[in-house]
Order: sequence, then structure tokens, then C-alpha cells
Amino acid sequence: MTPTTGYLNDLEQDALTELVNIGVSRAAASLRKMIGHQVLLSVPALEIVSRQVAATLIREREGGDLVAVRQDFEGAFSGRALLIFPEANSLALVRAVTGDELDEAGVLEMEDEALSETGNVVLYGCLATMANMLQRPLEMSLPAVVRGDGQVLFELSDIDPSSTTGVVLFLYINFSVSGRDIRGYIAMLMDLPSIEALKVLIAEFLERIVGADGS
Amino acid sequence: MTTLLIVDDSKLARIVLGKAVAALQPEWTRVEAGNADEALAQIADGGVDLAILDFNMPGRNGLDLAEALRAAHPAMPIALATANVQDEIIARARDADVSFIAKPVTEDSVRGFLSGAALKLRSSRA
Repeated sequence: MTPTTGYLNDLEQDALTELVNIGVSRAAASLRKMIGHQVLLSVPALEIVSRQVAATLIREREGGDLVAVRQDFEGAFSGRALLIFPEANSLALVRAVTGDELDEAGVLEMEDEALSETGNVVLYGCLATMANMLQRPLEMSLPAVVRGDGQVLFELSDIDPSSTTGVVLFLYINFSVSGRDIRGYIAMLMDLPSIEALKVLIAEFLERIVGADGS
Repeated sequence: MTTLLIVDDSKLARIVLGKAVAALQPEWTRVEAGNADEALAQIADGGVDLAILDFNMPGRNGLDLAEALRAAHPAMPIALATANVQDEIIARARDADVSFIAKPVTEDSVRGFLSGAALKLRSSRA
């Protein structure tokens, strides 16, 4: 875990990482059912960085074009969740979720729909688990498929232009699929007001489950 | 005396599991490790009767750790605590005679493993 001094203390970071870990683990189990191959996950990384740096973190690892399924969420805290792959992996994922039954033209035709559905299962599964554990409902937008580099995926200009300069809570997990040439990232971005709201919810969550003797 | 080793990289997860175990088996001693290497060192020191392992940890994951423990301790009750219930993980856990505990951990989700382990430990001492 990277220190995010000033925003979240150690136990808050620990709790948030564990919440996300439980969320993505469940989501991975759902994805496993869709594609019939084991889904391998890294431990979540959590950083508080500028949006610019978040984009760079992905771009440094992925030189080529990316494709992502994007879902915005709103509620007690708001932000954006992304399932990101190198563009070159996209069709392999579509083949895997459609059970290798489609020909090349069929795969191309189904691409965006299959990506949206996969993204929805993974991102919704992850966020729903987090929302349940924090006991706050989250509204999710419909999944949208976006293509481009890290910069394009993370820009929130359609939401609030001033937010592009602020810091974000950036969470990401690497995933890969056993026996298939598929790998990518699950990422989540939240801006400053949401980090503050999340701190309160995490404190309540800790109070509920850890109670007074949690030191 | 029964000593349970809790292995999880998350302090929160160790607290939650510790509380559930304390409620169900207040007599047991609980020791903790934050990763697989620490866990192996604790077990090498002796005195650990059973272990609950997180799956997704930095370094060696809980299933790899469970398999290593099983090879050295054929009778030790071991459980894997995870929300990641993929078929491959379940199959490997079953092969290593490792139980499952669903995350998020509650008293209900650990009860089955703890009662089974308590019986097994009692009968092996009898």
C-alpha cells in the first residue's frame, strides 16, 4: 500500500483496500462463471494522486490503445469505475464470454455489447459489495465502452471541468485470465469530496464491526 | 490450550476474524501473521493448532500457503477466508483438505469451521 498521508489513516486505507478486495474477489468469481477460465487478481493498490498521474500510471504500463467499460456511480460517494484492457485483448475477451461460438464477423458485431455486459458484471458486482458493506446505496450509470489512451479514460470533463486539476483516490487491480491472452485492470476514481464522504462511511463501518476494542 | 493462527495482510480483516473467533471460542489463543512468510515462521516456532488464511495477499497467496502447511501438517485444521469462490480455487482447496470461510467474515461464516476443528482437535488429543 502506498502511503496517502493526510487523507486516510492506516486503518482507513486498510479497510478500504479490504472492502475493494472483497468486492473484486466476488466480481472475479462472477467473471469466472461467464468465461469458464480462472481469473487471477492482484492485491488492490490504492493511491491518492492527481488525475494526470492516475492516467500516467496506466499509460506507463500500457503503451498501446486501450478499451474500457466505464460506469459512473453516485450516492453517498461518487466516482467512476473502469474495466480496462489493451485494445489487442478485447476480441479475445469477447470470444471467451461468448463461449467461442461466434465466427470472426459475429465476434466483431458483438464486441461492444459483450464488453458492456462483462464490464457491468464485474464493476457492478464490485461496487454493490462495497455499497452493501458500507450500508449505503449507490446508483450506477449504464456501462459505456470507450477507447483511447489512459488520458481519455480518466478525464471527467463531462462531469466537472474544474475537477481535472484536483486529486483523486485511484484504486486499481491487475487481472488476467488463466489459459487466455486476456489481462487488464479494474480501476476506480473518486474525487476529493467523495474521499471525505468515504472517510465518514469507513469510520462508521469500523465502528460497527470493530467497535470500541479495535485498537 | 488451543492456538489459532490468523493470516491476513489486512489488519481490519484480522480484527474482524479475531472478534468472531473470540465470540465463538473465547478460550482459544489467537496469534496473527500479515503474510505467508510470517505465518510459516510462526508455525515453525510451534504451538499452532489450526489456521485461517486470507487468499489474496502480497507475496505467496493463501492457497499456496495452505498447500505448504498441509504437506508439513497433515492433520492441522486449515481454512481459506475469501470472497473469491472460483471453481479452480475451490478444487485446489478441497484437494488440500482446506475449508472455506466466506468473506466478509461473520460469526455465522466461521462457525462451521471452528466447530469441526474443535471436534477434530479434541479427538486427536483423546
